[in-house]
Amino acid sequence: MKPMTFREIAGTSKGYYSLLGLLGLLVASGLGAAFYMEHHGHWVTGMNNQIVWGMPHVFAVFLIVAASGALNVASMASVFGKTPYKPLSRLSGLMAITLLLGGLTVLVLDLGHPDRLIVAMTYLNFKSIFAWNIILYNGFLVIVAAYLFTMMSRPANKYSSKAGFVAFIWRLILTTGTGSIFGFIVARQAYDAAIMAPMFIVLSFAFGLAIFLLVLFASYTWTGRPLGDFLINRLQRLLGLFVASALFFVVVFHLTNLYATEHHGIEHFILDGNNVYTGLFWVGYILLGSVIPLAICYLAPFRASLGWTATASVLVIGGGLAMMYVIIIGGQAFPLQLFPGMEVSSSFSDGVINSYTPSLPETLLGIGGFALALTLAMVAIKIMRFLPLSLANADIDPHYDSAEKDAA
Amino acid sequence: MSKSMQDDAHAEDQVDNYRRKLLGGGAALAGAATLGPGVFFTRIASAKPDDQAASSEVRWGFLIDTNKCADNCTDCVTACEKENGWGSGSADEQHSRADQKAQWIRKVTVRDNRTQHSMTLPMMCQHCAEPPCVDVCPTGASMKRPDGIVLVDKHICIGCRYCMMACPYKARSFVHEDLEHQKSYAPRGKGTVESCNLCVHRVDRGEIPACAEACPEKAILFGNLNDANSEIAKRLASEASTEIRGDLRLNLGVRYQGI
Repeated sequence: MKPMTFREIAGTSKGYYSLLGLLGLLVASGLGAAFYMEHHGHWVTGMNNQIVWGMPHVFAVFLIVAASGALNVASMASVFGKTPYKPLSRLSGLMAITLLLGGLTVLVLDLGHPDRLIVAMTYLNFKSIFAWNIILYNGFLVIVAAYLFTMMSRPANKYSSKAGFVAFIWRLILTTGTGSIFGFIVARQAYDAAIMAPMFIVLSFAFGLAIFLLVLFASYTWTGRPLGDFLINRLQRLLGLFVASALFFVVVFHLTNLYATEHHGIEHFILDGNNVYTGLFWVGYILLGSVIPLAICYLAPFRASLGWTATASVLVIGGGLAMMYVIIIGGQAFPLQLFPGMEVSSSFSDGVINSYTPSLPETLLGIGGFALALTLAMVAIKIMRFLPLSLANADIDPHYDSAEKDAA
Repeated sequence: MSKSMQDDAHAEDQVDNYRRKLLGGGAALAGAATLGPGVFFTRIASAKPDDQAASSEVRWGFLIDTNKCADNCTDCVTACEKENGWGSGSADEQHSRADQKAQWIRKVTVRDNRTQHSMTLPMMCQHCAEPPCVDVCPTGASMKRPDGIVLVDKHICIGCRYCMMACPYKARSFVHEDLEHQKSYAPRGKGTVESCNLCVHRVDRGEIPACAEACPEKAILFGNLNDANSEIAKRLASEASTEIRGDLRLNLGVRYQGI
């Protein structure tokens, strides 16, 4: 493979500034929403004493999961030696950092006391997976930054494999920690499952790659840099592989629950209920988020198409958000089982399906976090050399010369 | 020495003596004022002195007899509201929707559709010995005292609500708005999480929780589970009792009869 030249994008076009302005507007409205919520209190949101985690957490958990998955491309190059992905490693590391920052911002700004963040950083209860996550998330930012340094600084290049390995292991532990937030909760029928940790890891592969692909495709298409179909084809099949793997874990999770009579209530509620969660699961995650992207990634008519791969990525992201909504909100909507088999009622929503209507402020906060991640990435690729000048087949395909000879 | 110098020396001695007596008397008075209340004003019975830490020799708990719990009675709830300043016991929470308002204790109606049997019982924080809320709290704000009372340290609660996700009994509430009328002994605070704290301020004074005191049927019995001679321990030893969601093995401080 020829030596790769990395160059900042010009970033002076009207399109660039328009998109940056739009994203900036979304970030500003997210911050404004956060201030509004913090000032008045959470009564201005749709969250209540039954649904305590709402839209902000749907977006935050999605972004954090995607952040660890976005590092995959770099890991495949540094850790597994897949050289065609090497030129993409810098963007992969960048997206991992910006997506995590976006997710963490939403999470912190939704706290009842965001002013006590320093308390959260200094008082740590190590039996809590949240406390571990504080260390894992911050550590991830530092480690990936160091990994990027080893890739971008010529004298440090020789350390990039080791840095990549450390980053790879760290992100596996980090995503295990994120899945375990729910997996460790014994109280609720929808959680309390060991499979949630590895399920989140594989979901992260799909979500992270999908966002990475959209940023990659947009960066190259809109700056006129070449992106060959060799890479598109490989990335498309990779997306398909990750979507299929994630689907496997989700299916096993539900099949296992269906086997236990104790869990029939929650499974009926999610899979066969007359509610928004059933719709989001089957139409959002299964159909739009998994089956259709799988068809796009593997069927011949869509082979090596940038447009179709981008479409599949958008669908995977939508399906991912739907899945997070079903897990986080659906899991809280189903009542706690204090008296199994009994009909329970009280003045505090015992025994009833809890309802939740997302409010504008909390939804703006969630979207603002997503916009923040994209804004940081947009600015970064303009001020530093994250993107290769060319990803054309001639520059990426290791068999390009022999393929040319065969064709001639 | 001349006579005038002797007079001056004597006068100085007198001033010194006077000063010493004044200081000595003042010190004695101060000492008496400091120590006296501790000797004379301390309640002798079962109250815990303020500066003495809670002890694991004691384990506070409830035994609730649902057979005595009247269906339409909510006196325990009303008493808690008035004592701790939430719900009808406070002019606060005017903005919060009904599903956002706090509830530290509630009456739950349980009906078995197969047998048509129905009953009511008061439900509050179960003061688990292995509390999931304490396990998951990132800062340690959700804490358990050595005497078994589970409560929230309002200084370090960051309002993440993970404890509310983790509680198997839906015992906790989140404060969704500014509060103007908090009781000084039961701080609540916007943006933090709260729950029944076994009226810890009353228990430390040697009293019993407001709900137990208010119940007209005496269905709620409060006491020291570790004291074999206490009424609660004797009843638990001689009568059957149940923990709600006992399969979770959380070793609850609250037990029920008749469920």
